[in-house]
Amino acid sequence: MNQLSCPLPIVDTETVLLGHGGGGKLSSDLLRNVILPAFGNPILNRMDDQAQLRISGSRLAFTTDSYVVQPIFFRGGNIGDLAVNGTVNDLAVGGATPLFLSAAFILEEGFPIESLQRVMASMRAAADRAGVQIVTGDTKVVEKGSCDGLFVNTAGIGLVETPLHLSADQARPGDVVLLSGPIGDHGVAILAERDGLSFESEIASDTAPLHSLVADMLATGAAIRVMRDPTRGGVASSCNEIAQSSGVGIQLDERAIPLRAEVRGACELLGLDPLYIANEGKLIAICAPGDAGRLLEAMTRHPLGADASIIGKVSQENAGLVTIRTTLGAVRIVDMLANDPLPRIC
Amino acid sequence: MKYLDEYRDGDLAQRVLREIERKVTQPWVLMEICGGQTHTIMRYGLDQLLPQSIELVHGPGCPVCVTPASLLDRAIGLAQREDVTLVSYGDMLRVPGTSQDLFSAKARGADVRMVYSPLDALRIARQNPHRKVVFLAVGFETTAPANAMAVYQAHREGLDNFYLLASHVLVPPAIRALIGSDDNRVQGFIAPGHVCTVVGCSDYEDLVRDYKMPIVVGGFEPVDLLQAILTLVTMLEEGRAEFANDYTRSVSYHGNLEAQRILGEVFEVADQPWRGLGEIPMSGLRLREKFAAWDADRVFDLHVAREEAPTECISAQILKGLRKPTDCAAFGSKCSPESPMGAPMVSSEGACSAYYQYRRHELVTLR
Repeated sequence: MNQLSCPLPIVDTETVLLGHGGGGKLSSDLLRNVILPAFGNPILNRMDDQAQLRISGSRLAFTTDSYVVQPIFFRGGNIGDLAVNGTVNDLAVGGATPLFLSAAFILEEGFPIESLQRVMASMRAAADRAGVQIVTGDTKVVEKGSCDGLFVNTAGIGLVETPLHLSADQARPGDVVLLSGPIGDHGVAILAERDGLSFESEIASDTAPLHSLVADMLATGAAIRVMRDPTRGGVASSCNEIAQSSGVGIQLDERAIPLRAEVRGACELLGLDPLYIANEGKLIAICAPGDAGRLLEAMTRHPLGADASIIGKVSQENAGLVTIRTTLGAVRIVDMLANDPLPRIC
Repeated sequence: MKYLDEYRDGDLAQRVLREIERKVTQPWVLMEICGGQTHTIMRYGLDQLLPQSIELVHGPGCPVCVTPASLLDRAIGLAQREDVTLVSYGDMLRVPGTSQDLFSAKARGADVRMVYSPLDALRIARQNPHRKVVFLAVGFETTAPANAMAVYQAHREGLDNFYLLASHVLVPPAIRALIGSDDNRVQGFIAPGHVCTVVGCSDYEDLVRDYKMPIVVGGFEPVDLLQAILTLVTMLEEGRAEFANDYTRSVSYHGNLEAQRILGEVFEVADQPWRGLGEIPMSGLRLREKFAAWDADRVFDLHVAREEAPTECISAQILKGLRKPTDCAAFGSKCSPESPMGAPMVSSEGACSAYYQYRRHELVTLR
């Protein structure tokens, strides 16, 4: 890729649309057409959830993420623990032990201090649970109307000690696809509390730190090729990214994908496909076929992987595409998300 | 999940499929009317599982697909007014008018809001008495009663800042237009289950009688559709042109009388333009004179050309079942869900979108 090719290419749309933040095709267009031309370098161009850096003989993982979820408080969590867990997970799926986080806050004039204190308390609790320290940060306040209550950014660094090289381009034909548990909980929990859509629901966000599940998985010695936490855009988008980066096909089995009855019901009612709904405490792992059994066993022994299952395989056919065998036995495509059904989910 | 899992059961589907295979001795062209049914066919790959001699063509039953672009242009024009809040369902905001969609208008500052029910639109009107709240609604007989109810409620409350900008279409006149056209290929119809849930079955019996063509009311799950196909194929093979209701868990003969009552009170039947099909006499609904004060088309001065601009999109032939989405040269290249050239690629219920989403890996064989 050319370094800093100015002027920047003209993009298809003249203004930023909500869909540019959806984690689907528009997001990836924005990255490809506006962000990468400005910054592109071999580390960034890998487009993994975290950058992997070699510094003085150590491998460090480095990542950042901003949180604009609305509402700020929801069943199962709030923007604070989401911001800690999200960054911890982006490090963990690179095989890193998360160590230190930064936290930055953009506050809207008029936001209640009591709410801010609740967010701080849950961030602290989440950091303790994940074994990380928040060691630097920033606050800014903007006029009323310039942001929506509270936006949070976290960045994190971790140490990579596994000899594995986990990256979205490492999947190979024959590999097995595993998923750590039922999908869609976070997205549906947020939706249930959205203005104008609120419905009675027992579904809580699955927000959780995945570092200890990942540590147990790495300890098996299984030849893991890729791990991803399927947040925005859901399992469908993560699998598409892997299929495209690795130049392979991914074949999922609809019957094998764990899904809670309540989540399924809400999705049926709202016309949403759970494969595209965000998760905040799940991971997808792709590993060598011979190791899938013991990897699955290790996952199911961990509380955050108790409902883990093998959901598909990697193939040579349909390179760059994700397909799914439906409950009736026919095969269809699981496309990249073209339009975001739920803005501001994380 | 009750009433869903039974109708997605793989073994049951296989049994119905084998029954269809036993019945069929010659090629038949069947049309499912509703976009929701098209979606199920593509999502579950029913066309892959059926005998090759059964061809399913996809009807005009995607409301977004048959909505004239000029309606979107009028909505965008209204949204750009300082005093207007334009409210609609999420999928309508993505539908391109002649030059842009409502999401782009929103990004440029128009007050455009997404709702999940017409009652939310009423609430926004009540909460913002100084703004003119325009609810953009399209749809068949299924969505019309709720929109009628919203206008009726606004009338009852004396809510004078709420307006309906609507394009409501009716299924039976469209079926008449399809069967009556010289190039019709369809030999049997799967009638739209949810439309019949509202309006009942008698219009469809009339169609069977007038055109000697079998019509079966079908549901929206894979086994529902396979069962409707089995009934149609059985009738066709036996030379019978009859009406049958294979979606009895939702559809009663007379339909939802209360919904029909509110429809009749608020709307009257009128000529209606269909994107791709042109104007079909007495195929739409417009607000009665009594409710003219809530009709955005009558209240606002909307200077928008109502003619459709010609395009290379073949959606007209797709909506008539003459061609398949994959027959289009632009399919998947120039035309995709992110940059649709025609409405069937926009709406997730549209036939082109369903082919693109679920089956583009077979493009070579489908073509």
